Amino acid sequence: MGQETNTREYKKYKKESQVREIWRRFRKSRVAMIGLILLACIILVAIFADVITPYERAIEQHGADRFTPPCGQYLFGTDHLGRDMFARIVHGSRYSLLIGISTSLLSLVIGGLIGAFCGYYGGAFDNLVMRLMDVLMSVPPVLLSLAVVAALGADLKNLLVAMTISCVPGTVRLVRSVVISVADQDYIEAAHSYGGGDWRIILKYVLPNAMGPIIVSTTMNISAMILSAAGLSFIGMGVQPPAPEWGSLLNESRAHMFEAPYLLYVPGICILLTALGFNLVGDGLRDALDPKLKD
Amino acid sequence: MEKEKFLEVRNLKVVYQTDAATVHAVNHISFSLARGETLGLVGETGAGKTTTALSILRLLPERTARIQEGEILFEGNSLLPLSEAEMRKIRGEKISMIFQDPMTALNPVIPVGRQIAESLILHNEQGLSRDAIEELVEKSLEMVGIPASRKGEYPHQFSGGMKQRVVIAIALACNPDLLIADEPTTALDVTIQAQVLRMMKDLRERLGTAMIMITHDLGIVAQICDYVGVMYAGEIVEYGRMEDIFDAPRHHPYTLGLFGSIPDLESDARRLTPIEGLTPDPSNLPSGCKFSPRCPQCRDVCRQKAPDIWQNGQHRIACHLYSGKEAQT
Amino acid sequence: MSVPMLETCGLKKYFKVKNGLLHAVDGVDLRIEKGETLGVVGESGCGKSTLGRTVLQLIKPTDGTVKFQGKEITGLSRHELKRLRRDMQIIFQDPYSSLNPRMSVQELIAEPILINKVCRSHSDTFRLVAELMDTVGLDQRLSGSYPHELDGGRRQRIGIARALALNPQFVVCDEPVSALDVSIQAQILNLLMDLQEERGLTYMFITHDLSVVRHISKNIAVMYLGKCVELCPSKELFKNPLHPYTQALLQAVPIPRSEMKYKEMEVLNGEVSSPVNPKPGCRFAARCKYCRPECREGELPLKDMGEGHWVSCRLYETGTEGGDAT
Repeated sequence: MGQETNTREYKKYKKESQVREIWRRFRKSRVAMIGLILLACIILVAIFADVITPYERAIEQHGADRFTPPCGQYLFGTDHLGRDMFARIVHGSRYSLLIGISTSLLSLVIGGLIGAFCGYYGGAFDNLVMRLMDVLMSVPPVLLSLAVVAALGADLKNLLVAMTISCVPGTVRLVRSVVISVADQDYIEAAHSYGGGDWRIILKYVLPNAMGPIIVSTTMNISAMILSAAGLSFIGMGVQPPAPEWGSLLNESRAHMFEAPYLLYVPGICILLTALGFNLVGDGLRDALDPKLKD
Repeated sequence: MEKEKFLEVRNLKVVYQTDAATVHAVNHISFSLARGETLGLVGETGAGKTTTALSILRLLPERTARIQEGEILFEGNSLLPLSEAEMRKIRGEKISMIFQDPMTALNPVIPVGRQIAESLILHNEQGLSRDAIEELVEKSLEMVGIPASRKGEYPHQFSGGMKQRVVIAIALACNPDLLIADEPTTALDVTIQAQVLRMMKDLRERLGTAMIMITHDLGIVAQICDYVGVMYAGEIVEYGRMEDIFDAPRHHPYTLGLFGSIPDLESDARRLTPIEGLTPDPSNLPSGCKFSPRCPQCRDVCRQKAPDIWQNGQHRIACHLYSGKEAQT
Repeated sequence: MSVPMLETCGLKKYFKVKNGLLHAVDGVDLRIEKGETLGVVGESGCGKSTLGRTVLQLIKPTDGTVKFQGKEITGLSRHELKRLRRDMQIIFQDPYSSLNPRMSVQELIAEPILINKVCRSHSDTFRLVAELMDTVGLDQRLSGSYPHELDGGRRQRIGIARALALNPQFVVCDEPVSALDVSIQAQILNLLMDLQEERGLTYMFITHDLSVVRHISKNIAVMYLGKCVELCPSKELFKNPLHPYTQALLQAVPIPRSEMKYKEMEVLNGEVSSPVNPKPGCRFAARCKYCRPECREGELPLKDMGEGHWVSCRLYETGTEGGDAT
């Protein structure tokens, strides 16, 4: 018993100092810090959206003010129904971030575990799973999501499920290939030689060393997911109007590209900044987690 | 006959500049080589052997490395001011190089015959016909002991030793005057190493190619070198004829240490006498003699002042132990 | 006779490959007494590393038995194997890839201790790690460093400390010095010999370098294509090598003496043939200058030539030393 708790204590001590160490290294990269600040701003906007501007403003239609360019009253102008773009962007951030982050994290956890097991154990299980993933990958992701949403019904929850499913096969493949190359290293055999169990080896040896590419692809996934949610929203299978979502804002505005280009610029820039933020933080995190790149 | 110095390196100093530090890879080394001779550069990892070789071919990584001082004369002409295009003419045709790892030195998707032909075509000044080149390719394969019929095969069909032979065939295809071999047999098994070494020895005699042999193995030096430079921390600490290095009464303490470290096939001593400590960090070299922190005979003067060179004939030692002493005859 | 530390009998390991069976280890009988070192010498692909791993049960043998301290260990359960791992450890060749790059020196050495719950408290663990670092000559201030910040010699010291952490009795050293510079090589070899004396360790020392093994081993086994072709006391092997392959191997080592320059090199021709579906008879027949027709057929067991010298070669079959190969 006493031995157990002490081992845990030791581990906790290690964890804390490691987190601090990683943060110290992360801070060193200016680009990563810019990304982090950018992300923090966007996330704060999403959290305090109701404080910044009430939700009603995002769906109220002001027929008289249609296509008002950005001005004092409407910071980002109004759309074809006279809705305040600023309020729509602010509240849209909630949807977009929720979709992007939750689907990629979910697919990371599911796909990561499946991929790690496939890569580590190999054999028949691996073969079966990989063929299944091949089947899933042979369907274009948008079509796959579409089929799932059509089967389950169109609402936000089902959209998340559908997009996660479409994202998992790619993650499984990536994690599996990285894990295979790591599992081949001598230090894995060394861990076996002093009696390390499979779980410990996967969690302490394989995954930390496979982290780099996985983090990068996850952060890239987040921005890709925001965009593909937009596509689904466009055909009425995603976020239901009048709820504002950045992707659907883009799509709604396409028809008015020439009369009111700002309707495209504003959500476009928002998506761009979010994607940029995630990618910068992802790169920074990958470097900070790699002790080889220290200093 | 007067000894013609056809390669001469004078006072060469090379540094690698990275964000964090300045790495002093090669520090003021000088040596020369006559036609048909073989010079061995011996030393451990990080002693600057490969950097020296790459400087001669001007293949140092451009972004970080810089030749700070010194001169490299080849057939009386300085190589350093030459343009990249002029240098390309010299590489392969006059000076060529063999790298350590034969597994990665060949392009896996091109048949070996084509890879040999490549360098011949690049340096085809006499306007040889396609058939003539083919013939030369076959000749060079046979020269290194590979049947000409295998010229259409891909690198993965060859074993490690055979690949190194192909690499040597490529290096020798244009009949260069100087061959630089960077640890050519380190990646090979002993019996295969013996085959490759014998082949290199034969070829050198037949073609009269001068050679710089970079190695960490004093046994290889004994077999094939005429002159030896022992390198430590970017300097040549001892230089001389092979016999001087092995048999002369006076040596640099590092050379002695190297000999002591080798497990000897012919002695029964159980314990080895290694050199204590580690090779110094080339971005933070000790002052005075670079070997002083590890030297068993280190004195105060060694830590303060770089040693003078003691010379006896062609035998040179950079060590305070012998400063001011008469050369023995 | 006392119970040997390790004994293998007819040990075989075949791997399935595309075009047949790769005979990595093909019927090896070895015996290592407590506190002694057996050197296993051979060129790449002769199955020496596979032998080391099969002995440790890191790879399951295809056939044959391994006895550790008189107890058979082939076919033990996972749980029993885990207990056994405390007594048998391995030091790897490549100090670069055998250390998890995400762990600090301290964590690396503590890992076997934590996994096997050797210490009662974490302060005990730290103390043991510190002791081990002292034992192998690693400075305490390096405990927070990561392997990539250290040179090869120091990394190999970490590997040794890690192998010693569980206080094993038997250690397989798989080419522990071949990735190191000569001067560092000598330091590590001396360290291994000191540790053997202090702790009474038994080594199986796998290497391709005959000169390295001479100093550390009591007995030497020479392997060629999965078979042990010669087994004898170390001194005897260098004085009186019997198998033509051993002779060739000894001649191929470049000796650092100035007179070597003028000596004609005796060179073994040909290359190691494929271990996939090997032909019957002596594995070395294709390269052997004494090869006779009968060499290409039948199995050839090791034959006792007296004084613990065993050789597997038709030349010595008649029992006379007539076919003296030197």
